[in-house]
Amino acid sequence: MNAKWNWRAQREKTAFLALADGTVFHGYSVGAENDALGEVVFNTGMTGYQEILSDPSYSGQLVTMTCPEIGNTGINAADMESSRLFANGFILHEMNTPSNWRSEVSLEECLRRNAIPAIAGIDTRALTSKLRDQGTLKGYLAVSGKIAEQQAVRLAAEWGGLDGQDYAVKVSCQQPYLWDETGTLSVSWGIADSLPKADLKIVAYDFGIKWNILRSMRRNGMAVTVVPAKTSAADVLALKPHGVLLSNGPADPAAVTYAIENSRRLIGKVPLMGICLGHQILGIACGGRTCRLKFGHHGCNHPVKDLKTSRVEITSQNHNFTVDPDSLDPVKVEITHINLNDQTVEGIEHKQAPMFSVQYHPEACPGPHDPYYLFSRFRRLIGGHV
Amino acid sequence: MPKREDIKKIMLIGAGPIIIGQACEFDYSGVQACKALKEEGYELVLVNSNPATIMTDPEFADRTYLEPLTEPILEEIIRRERPDALLPTLGGQTALNLAIALHDHGALKRYQVEMIGARAEVIRKAEDRNLFKEAMTKIGMDVPRGQSAHSLAEALKIQAVMAGFPLIIRPGFTLGGSGGGIARDEAEFRTIVARGLSYSLNSEVLIEESVIGWKEFELEVMRDRKDNCVIVCSIENVDPMGIHTGDSVTVAPTQTLTDREYQRMRDATLAVIREIGVETGGANVQWAINPANGRMVIIEMNPRVSRSSALASKATGFPIARIAAKLAVGYTLDELRNDITRETPACFEPAIDYVVTKVPRFAFEKFPAADTTLGTQMKSVGETMSIGRTFKESFQKALRSLETGRAGFGADGKDGPLEGLADDALAAELVRPNARRLFAVRSAFKRGWAVARVAELTQIDPWFLGHLEELAAFEEEIRSAHDLDGLKRNPALFRQSKEFGYSDRQIAFLLGASECEVRRAREAIGLNPVFNLVDTCAAEFTAFTPYYYSTYGTLEEYRPDERRKIMILGGGPNRIGQGIEFDYCCVHASFALREAGFATIMVNSNPETVSTDYDTSDRLYFEPLTLEDVLHIYRREQCWGAIVQFGGQTPLNLARALEQNGVRIIGTSTASIEAAEDRKLFHELITRLGIRQPNSGLAASVEEAARIADRIGFPILMRPSFVLGGRAMVIVYTQESLRKYMAEAVEVSEDRPVLIDDFLDNAVEVDVDCIADGETVVIGGIMEHVEQAGIHSGDSACMIPAPTLSEPVKAAIRKHTVELAQALKVCGLMNVQYAVKEGEVYVLEVNPRASRTIPFVSKAIGVPLAKLAALVMTGSKLKDLGFTREILPRHASVKEAVFPFVRFPGIDTVLSPEMKSTGEVMGIDINIGMAFLKSQVAAGNVLPVAGNVFVSVRDSDKDAVIPLARRLCALGFTIYATEGTSTILRNHGITSQAIFRISTGRPHVLDMIQEKQVGWIVNTPSSGEIPRVDEVKMRAEAVIRGIPITTTLNGLDAAVKGLETFRETRRMEVCSLQEYHRHAPRLKLPGAH
Repeated sequence: MNAKWNWRAQREKTAFLALADGTVFHGYSVGAENDALGEVVFNTGMTGYQEILSDPSYSGQLVTMTCPEIGNTGINAADMESSRLFANGFILHEMNTPSNWRSEVSLEECLRRNAIPAIAGIDTRALTSKLRDQGTLKGYLAVSGKIAEQQAVRLAAEWGGLDGQDYAVKVSCQQPYLWDETGTLSVSWGIADSLPKADLKIVAYDFGIKWNILRSMRRNGMAVTVVPAKTSAADVLALKPHGVLLSNGPADPAAVTYAIENSRRLIGKVPLMGICLGHQILGIACGGRTCRLKFGHHGCNHPVKDLKTSRVEITSQNHNFTVDPDSLDPVKVEITHINLNDQTVEGIEHKQAPMFSVQYHPEACPGPHDPYYLFSRFRRLIGGHV
Repeated sequence: MPKREDIKKIMLIGAGPIIIGQACEFDYSGVQACKALKEEGYELVLVNSNPATIMTDPEFADRTYLEPLTEPILEEIIRRERPDALLPTLGGQTALNLAIALHDHGALKRYQVEMIGARAEVIRKAEDRNLFKEAMTKIGMDVPRGQSAHSLAEALKIQAVMAGFPLIIRPGFTLGGSGGGIARDEAEFRTIVARGLSYSLNSEVLIEESVIGWKEFELEVMRDRKDNCVIVCSIENVDPMGIHTGDSVTVAPTQTLTDREYQRMRDATLAVIREIGVETGGANVQWAINPANGRMVIIEMNPRVSRSSALASKATGFPIARIAAKLAVGYTLDELRNDITRETPACFEPAIDYVVTKVPRFAFEKFPAADTTLGTQMKSVGETMSIGRTFKESFQKALRSLETGRAGFGADGKDGPLEGLADDALAAELVRPNARRLFAVRSAFKRGWAVARVAELTQIDPWFLGHLEELAAFEEEIRSAHDLDGLKRNPALFRQSKEFGYSDRQIAFLLGASECEVRRAREAIGLNPVFNLVDTCAAEFTAFTPYYYSTYGTLEEYRPDERRKIMILGGGPNRIGQGIEFDYCCVHASFALREAGFATIMVNSNPETVSTDYDTSDRLYFEPLTLEDVLHIYRREQCWGAIVQFGGQTPLNLARALEQNGVRIIGTSTASIEAAEDRKLFHELITRLGIRQPNSGLAASVEEAARIADRIGFPILMRPSFVLGGRAMVIVYTQESLRKYMAEAVEVSEDRPVLIDDFLDNAVEVDVDCIADGETVVIGGIMEHVEQAGIHSGDSACMIPAPTLSEPVKAAIRKHTVELAQALKVCGLMNVQYAVKEGEVYVLEVNPRASRTIPFVSKAIGVPLAKLAALVMTGSKLKDLGFTREILPRHASVKEAVFPFVRFPGIDTVLSPEMKSTGEVMGIDINIGMAFLKSQVAAGNVLPVAGNVFVSVRDSDKDAVIPLARRLCALGFTIYATEGTSTILRNHGITSQAIFRISTGRPHVLDMIQEKQVGWIVNTPSSGEIPRVDEVKMRAEAVIRGIPITTTLNGLDAAVKGLETFRETRRMEVCSLQEYHRHAPRLKLPGAH
């Protein structure tokens, strides 16, 4: 035996992931010691585990990385997408000791501090193929050693899952706050060195907002007030914003009924931009429907075509639900972007009111910066309506 | 945007011969481009001088020109073909440079040829150091500080204002960084600058601040006409900056960058391709990052497909060259389909869920005098790639793919020399970049050195070192099982060892068992790898392309197939003696057998090749060519048979063990192959057939060797058995050097004895390739060597038809060849080497397998011999295939070898029985002299048509040189000669200018070379094994200066003939293979229309 490596634990594989269909994957614990339930999804990004884990949209999910070597660059404060890690659990093939000049703490340590269980030693390709073929599955991540496999399978199967669940309210802020008054948070490594004057006032609904949405808006000269998910349209309008952003967030858009209702009241009153869950909410607010994708889009390589320019951008995505294109009234709403892999709706625009939204992540983090221009499009949209 | 209809005919330029820095990858990209453009209905004109390429097979283009890649020849072809467009971005730097020359000198404008893929201004902006730097500064990129110089004086001025040494020197417009280097002091600085200036095509060197030791990355990017851009692959170098990326171990995807750091590099890469203006196609951008603070500087950009893009294609499954060709004719990325997933578009960025490791293959054993320290100038001759789920698995697989006898990352008993080093000597090996440095890293960890210490010495990122440290430590974990039974009782540990990439051989070594025992133990507990797909998308979508790698996981993605399956074993990494020729044969076998209804299973580990293109075979296994790995595939696929005779020595070495493990080897039996390799059996066979053979003997000890030498008399030819490319083969003239050789050779040949042959001085050597099916034997071609016997056949120029052989000699050769094929029951190909001396024919060697010359012969006679052979091996008869008679073409074909001497400054360039060439070219013409001249031009030996020639011949050649010298004078040359030669010439009425020998006064020949006063050197080396120091210096200097050297009188004779023809015609006529082959017989191949 060797003290430096946990080879024996790697062989013994006492931790496991139990899926609702009865399948059990064995591995070893590389995070906190508590068990977790969640929807198992896979993310194909080859970088960005830190951003993924700290993205509140992953709340309720057990995230599998298809990339086998994880933890290589550790964790650093600048790359956080929120104040803590939000995924319910983490599934990977191999946990690494970090080597990077910006690393402050190892991933393993960070997972423990955030009470996020993680399992390594999993054939993540086998798990991914299964999810691809069967669709997203509910799972129980057992690392505590306190539960039998059959029981874990039963718990996974009995768990209600995310359908019809409002998780946004769970991860949203409790009080409104001004983002980055001092201008220090929006200037961070690889994002920006300096900031322009903030001459636009924006209200951002926090359904689980990623910090880089906030950083990106500030970089585009927007002073942002972040408000809780349930803030009423009237309260928002009372702040007299130049524009309102509806953020990303976890779980089912159809369950966030208050947000849909508030959106209806905002459309036409103030320029709107929606991202991810915010896009789905606006889609429903415009009369559309959302439905579940078989296994969602989670990754950094999704080609999205702008139907107006026919340019393609490579985008970062993370969603399980999508706006049904047949549910949209073509007189009212125009589909502006589609996903080239499966032709799903990636962006819409209101034909009468100043409003656009995208299913993907213009703020990236993780992922390509191709759609970053959307923040300046928001600025232009506001410019015409101030 | 749909494809362009305004262009109909497209010309493609290939990369020419295989040289260091430019290998099979451009055949791979060229073949993909040809296929992509043909399926769009374009008419293709292809030019390449390399006959061993698949792209020059007549079916890949409408007109194929096997002609020298020079500007006048290309202009001649353009004049003849009138193409609408020229696509220069798929033939490496060679094609790019030629396209620029054709543009600059007006040929493209004159014939209204549009350059597609990259415009001339784009190429210039990317390649001209100043323009590039200017462009990069403009878009805010950080670049290494530096300036370019056009003279040594200017360079010294720049050096004075830089921060000090080390400094990097890079010549402008060269191949693979040749001529560059790292200067650590002023003396080195002067030397490297001078060399760089002479190598640079525009006499320019860039002097840069050192970023040695920084992290190095490459991104492969594609762009279309609508400005859609995608990154296909990111590559991280394990070796730090300062080592040419071609000589570095690299991995994909990048491992040590956070998303922000990676995206910053991605953004910058897209900005670069847009600023440089590559409109369509692929490019490669290299970056360096300071590991301490993240400062990122751009190193360079290639506006074309490259070695790295071939690697990226194989690493991800994304066919860069194919897509680049489609983009060049107007398509956009979103209009093209991803062939692997079928449903998703090519406009995306592949996600990979494994780790790819590339390891370079060096050939320093061929050039003992060469400096083995690695630097900015590429020295490796090949590479191997492997795929594993983790870095550890991938890395170990790559090392065992390397064909250097290693079973993985150590644990194979071969690190004795490193383990024996004192600590400071080991530290020095860690500091000095060299081919075995990673094994030195293992030794360091074995001594308990910390990762931090090793990282400081090697400047390799601790992430990689951490894994290597773990591997080194894990050996003890395996040993903790005590013996194989112990491991068998601990299946979890056994599995873990396999997951860490340990081969059966390593486990056998660690536990004192045999490889076979480990395999049996493993199989007994059901521990086998699974096969996973390379699918571009990390399993997100269903993949249709059966491109597999093995790993110790749980998901088996192999899909059953009811067809009869034939496994074709490839040749592994390129090295001297084994290169593209064998890949050509493997690819042909696959093509022919697919047409005949078999499912073909390709196994290979070389990412440069056409054989590892995912659509060459029905299934591709990117795996090490070892017994263990091949058996897994064979069994999983339940193959009907395996072909080992096409992939060169690598699969042949496996043949016996494969057969013992139930693999059915098709074609000539392994017994016959061994009978031909075994001296005793072979001797008996030759004697029985009544064929002459040089006197020979077999020695297992020094004393025995000495006795044999006494019996047959010096000079003798000595070599170990079972080697490739004439490795360790020498001509020995004295007892003393015999003893010295025995000491060195025995180590090379391991437990096999040394072979000793009478060396036939001044004999003509002949190579014959033939094909046999058990009933019929047909000669493919009789090739006469230009160099006399004793020069390795791979290094010798050769000609079809044989110019000097008499009809009785040819008849004897044909008779012997047929008898040998029959006696050995050859089913497939066979190569025989003969020596002809004073009308007698001696057989030197018989190889009942595909030879290096198969592609050359096939192209000379217009018959695809390897395809026929593959069909014959599966039971077809030559009679039914329509090939029953030797073809005697009306035209002449000459093959010439190409050497890497320019990469190893100072080494002797004289040829020997030890093969040294990396590639070959072919010259074809109706006139044999002209064909020879073309072959010389194509090989870069651009013979002058007039001017000064320096002639210095050995005593035994002094008579024979007289008529040749007379003809040289008649051609208008001025002969310079040293005193001895000059006197003889004068005595025969030939005027020459006498100059001093190097040691006797000045100006001597070196001065003339340095001042470029001689344009051609004729120097036949003096006999004896110790070359004269003067001659070595002269030849080495000439290589550096690019002055052609002719080292045999046969060569001089052929050259003079060519020049005489050229004097009459004043130009080189060009003609396509399709035209030459119009008289070839019509074969009845399966699937032919």
